[in-house]
Amino acid sequence: MVRRWFWPSFAVPGVAWLILLFLVPTYAVIAVAFGSLDPISLNPVPAWNPLDWSFSAMQSVLSDLKPGHTFWIVFVRTFEYVAISLAGCLLIGYPVAYYLARYARRTRGILLVLLVVPFWVSYLMRMLAWVGLLLPDGLVNRVLMDLGILSHPYPWLAGQPSSVMFALVYGYVPYMILPLYAVLDRIDRSVLEAGRDLGGSPISTFVHVTLPLSKNGILAASVLITLPMFGDYYTNDVISNSPKTSMIGNQINLFFQQGAAANIGASLVIVLSLLLAVLMSYYLWVTVRASAATKESLL
Amino acid sequence: MSAVSRVRDWLANPWGQPRLLGAFTWAYMVWSIVPVGIAILFSFNNGRSRSVWQGFSTRWWWGDPYNSVLHDPTLRGAIEQSLRLATLDMLVAVPLGVGLAIGLTRWRGYGARPVNYLMLFPLVTPEIVMAVSLLLVFSLLYAIHFGTEAQTLGQVTFSISYVVIIVRGRLLSVGPEYEEAARDLGASQIGAFRLVLLPLLWPAIFASFIVVFALSIDDFVVTDYLSAGQSTQTVPILIYSSVRGTATPALNAVATVMVIITLLSVGLAYLVYRWAARSQPATSNSALNEIAALEV
Repeated sequence: MVRRWFWPSFAVPGVAWLILLFLVPTYAVIAVAFGSLDPISLNPVPAWNPLDWSFSAMQSVLSDLKPGHTFWIVFVRTFEYVAISLAGCLLIGYPVAYYLARYARRTRGILLVLLVVPFWVSYLMRMLAWVGLLLPDGLVNRVLMDLGILSHPYPWLAGQPSSVMFALVYGYVPYMILPLYAVLDRIDRSVLEAGRDLGGSPISTFVHVTLPLSKNGILAASVLITLPMFGDYYTNDVISNSPKTSMIGNQINLFFQQGAAANIGASLVIVLSLLLAVLMSYYLWVTVRASAATKESLL
Repeated sequence: MSAVSRVRDWLANPWGQPRLLGAFTWAYMVWSIVPVGIAILFSFNNGRSRSVWQGFSTRWWWGDPYNSVLHDPTLRGAIEQSLRLATLDMLVAVPLGVGLAIGLTRWRGYGARPVNYLMLFPLVTPEIVMAVSLLLVFSLLYAIHFGTEAQTLGQVTFSISYVVIIVRGRLLSVGPEYEEAARDLGASQIGAFRLVLLPLLWPAIFASFIVVFALSIDDFVVTDYLSAGQSTQTVPILIYSSVRGTATPALNAVATVMVIITLLSVGLAYLVYRWAARSQPATSNSALNEIAALEV
């Protein structure tokens, strides 16, 4: 006899872990955001009971979110950087994934290995590499000066939005290519041949067959890299370290690493999470649907 | 052959090799890997600069009696802490994740759906949100010591979901038949689990170890928020805090050590995986697929 508690019991430790270390901490952010600060130590005093909530921190964050105010400027800048970096990742990632899935045959093995290598080199090591190249006396400046494009070293690392976006693209594009490759690789060749046989040009076959079939992959991969980009502060700190390019992540980080107003920081975290909720639910929905589909097709 | 006729040829035969796309792909590979190679090269620089080549030396590796990786306790400490956390993370997250994956796939009750969502949430939560929430709950509610203890708890929390997804993929492709056969042949529930299901899951468990190792080694945000100052800094934290300063090429050497350790362990793990997967029923082709399956 299959005991009913047998299988669920396997999940108990993991579920308990996620409740204690994911759900409760999430509530702690809410309790701090709607709590107060100790007037002397300036440490946060959380309001665990919703009846004790005070909305002053959230109100001050929201008033700074009005067009033209500090947080508004930072949020708009973040959206701008993320949108441009995402476009860059797609423009680089899609052709690479497409070539790998459709054309690479003899070289596919080695290309796949090269594609995965960045996953095994830590993100900050990859940023370290670019800092070395972009320093005033670094290779990039020297090559550009030798070519006569620059007359003196360009300060790439001194608060340049273009450097930050470049670094974001460099950092996140591998995470985009792999899922795109997985989706494009799954497209049946005979579907493409059918498109061609029915008189479609290579371009119209691509537009009417390949692109629609990879649409969900593009969306999922975009969400996958957009979410961490919205919370990224370290790329910015390493490549620019200037308030001129500061993003939401930097703003939140400031409140917790040096600032005294943890309740304002926590309120910002809530605002960011609410903004990202749409993207997060989309990704959750796609994942749950995909795993339900495999379950059905396999069982 | 002129460029125009080449394009025309390609349009006429779409199954031919698009050279431009191929060149673009190779250019991407060069762009993604060469900077890291240059950074590794600069760890052998015979000078204090991380950007101007001053000749080859191993002074930043072991030559310098104070500032080399071998002799500077701060640098060595960062490598040790990275490896310590990776080991702890693997030891805790993999069993928890495997249990959760088995429980979720075989559990046909009301609880399964909410738990399924709960398990996916850490995957989509931006790291800074998770780091802030753990920082607050550890200092205000749980009284957990910052440093190794808190860092491990944090890393395990974001690692579990990856393990669940890898193991669940394998569970779904294996199906319940093998176990049912074992039960029909008289095995107890625990016996069928131990003798049939667990051996079948082993490639996925192995892949989980590799992925959790890589996640832990790579992590910066959660590990930094939950650290207790310099004594518990990992290599990514060390890079973050000193890359813009006057750090010597020893920093590149530390980063290189981590790259070597990761590539060696992944390479070794892959060979073991290939060797072990030989005796497995062919349900999933490679470790790469299991890892790629994570993404969508």
